[in-house]
Amino acid sequence: MLDYEKYLRYRTFPVPWCPGCGIGMIFKAVAMTFSKLEWEPNDIAVVSGIGCSGRLSTYFNTNSLHTTHGRALTFATGVKLSNPDKHVVVFSGDGDALAIGGNHFIHACRRNLNMKMVVINNNIYGMTGGQVSPTTPTGFISTTTPYGNTEPHFNTVELAKAAGATYVARETVNRPRQLLKVLEKAFKHTGFAVVEVISNCHINLGRRNKLKHPIPMLDWINQQTIPIAKAKDMSEDELELKYVVGEFVHRHRPDYFEVYENKVVKKAKGE
Amino acid sequence: MKKVLMGNHAISIGATLSRVQVIAAYPITPQTQVVEKLSEIVANGELDAEFIKVESEHSAMAASIGAAAAGARAFTATSAQGLLLMHEVLHWASRARLPIVMANINRALAPGWTIWTDQNDSLSQRDTGWIQLYASDNQEVLDSLIIAYKVAEQLSLPVMVILDAFVLSHTYEPVEVPEQSEVDKFLPPFNPEWKLDVNNPHAFGGLTAPNIYMEFQYNHHNAMLKAKELINKEGEAFGKIFGRTYGNIDKYKTDDADYILLTSGTLARTSNIVVDSYREKGIKLGNLRVRTFRPFPTEEIYDALKKAKKVFVVDRNLSYGHSGIFFEETKASLYNSDLDIPIFGFVTGLGGRDVTPELITEIVEHGIKSEKPENDVIWMGVQK
Repeated sequence: MLDYEKYLRYRTFPVPWCPGCGIGMIFKAVAMTFSKLEWEPNDIAVVSGIGCSGRLSTYFNTNSLHTTHGRALTFATGVKLSNPDKHVVVFSGDGDALAIGGNHFIHACRRNLNMKMVVINNNIYGMTGGQVSPTTPTGFISTTTPYGNTEPHFNTVELAKAAGATYVARETVNRPRQLLKVLEKAFKHTGFAVVEVISNCHINLGRRNKLKHPIPMLDWINQQTIPIAKAKDMSEDELELKYVVGEFVHRHRPDYFEVYENKVVKKAKGE
Repeated sequence: MKKVLMGNHAISIGATLSRVQVIAAYPITPQTQVVEKLSEIVANGELDAEFIKVESEHSAMAASIGAAAAGARAFTATSAQGLLLMHEVLHWASRARLPIVMANINRALAPGWTIWTDQNDSLSQRDTGWIQLYASDNQEVLDSLIIAYKVAEQLSLPVMVILDAFVLSHTYEPVEVPEQSEVDKFLPPFNPEWKLDVNNPHAFGGLTAPNIYMEFQYNHHNAMLKAKELINKEGEAFGKIFGRTYGNIDKYKTDDADYILLTSGTLARTSNIVVDSYREKGIKLGNLRVRTFRPFPTEEIYDALKKAKKVFVVDRNLSYGHSGIFFEETKASLYNSDLDIPIFGFVTGLGGRDVTPELITEIVEHGIKSEKPENDVIWMGVQK
């Protein structure tokens, strides 16, 4: 049993999420990963933006920064640049990472700064009560799409891959063991690592789509889940609206600091 | 027809009755119901408009600008951090002279994170060149939106209709919803003189060298000055049709008052209760509500205050290192007049702390007892 309690800031409890919300499980998985890697709380900075995922930084007994909507990565960039030896972990939701902060997301992937990002994708703007997000499945009802979402949705993994992230994985809240595995690899990775976790918002997404209890919503996520090995034999049409899970990218590319040291500092010194 | 509406739905219905054609918005607490209701109205086919769920508030204002430049009546709504994110394009909208109307729900700013009301978000947009109207009840919220388009489109100036978070946005009040046919008589379709038109091309936002830039600002400022007159004129014209008249200021028992509270938003309604209780005691207290903050109605404020002995400005906002902002503006605008009375500036209710009749009474007592204000900021209700 891993001792992860030292990563929890108990004085800020109880946590704010709805009963049955998947964020609690992700919260625990990240704390367990910190414990497994034996990172000291003081060596970690947890940075978050706005939304249900944004609240996470408050409950970690680490250094924490609860920033503005969509900008968690930019604040985190400053933290990492001034403390390159510390661990910077960013939490964002689908709204935070892909809507208002989409630009920062692709640039963080491109820059390959050595930070870890956990994208908690519950497919909806949950905290404001259930408005359509860039990952809301087509056809789903939200408070701003009363007859179903007509817009196509983002694929976080494909976006991160295309933008140059050097570690990319996706898991769901139904697969805690697999999630722990990819979190550990992501956190150990040198470079920008993205782990998307598909989470359940039965309250503000499920409720309007016949999935108003946690179990049916988790079942629905399970039905949509396809392991990466199986997905290889499936067509694009068959994979539409599916959550392909597993590790998509794990490669080495010089991270921001390495490039800066070799291409700028050494040149400036005439080495 | 009389309906019981929350402030946010009063906004949605005001926009619908104004027959807005393009809505671009991003949800933020406490504005969310505005976009939810409008998306329902548009999806149901009750309003012939395009609604785009954009990816940020910056995009919401930018899309509104594009729509207005193309000749459509554009609408958006936001609050707090969302309004701050719009800041760059708020300037763009007014300098391009596009008559966009938006609603802003006054919410305090972060950090620390908060969702409750104060006015620092909208007052931070003081110099963006927008007309700012502060409403004090849900009826006024709805009516102001309709009047806002009428004023905006005549002067080619954008208008922000502003209301307090939760105290109005989420509070249900009886609201008379005007008939569409009556609104149509008051507010004609938007037909701008300049717009993006393939058959008659125009350019917006081109490079403006020092030989001409200043003239645009001169014209913009003069249009703002004209707005003072037009807000009163259209507020009266509205009153003739609908029986509810609006202006730059709203006087409550100020004509014979020795002491006058100067307030805005819902603070004014609380203050009116206090005025009545003082009147019962035979003390001549009045309340001057400033509804139009930009342009600043200097002349009307002077007229309302000129017979008073003391003025007590109540600010739910603060310019750090100086004073409350309505206080600062009032004092500065009267400096060159012949008015020589003490003006007190009280700062209270920040971040949604309740401002009760008891607190306003404390303010009045403090003001009556003191000969002159001891500071530019007199804090009320703060834990020291």
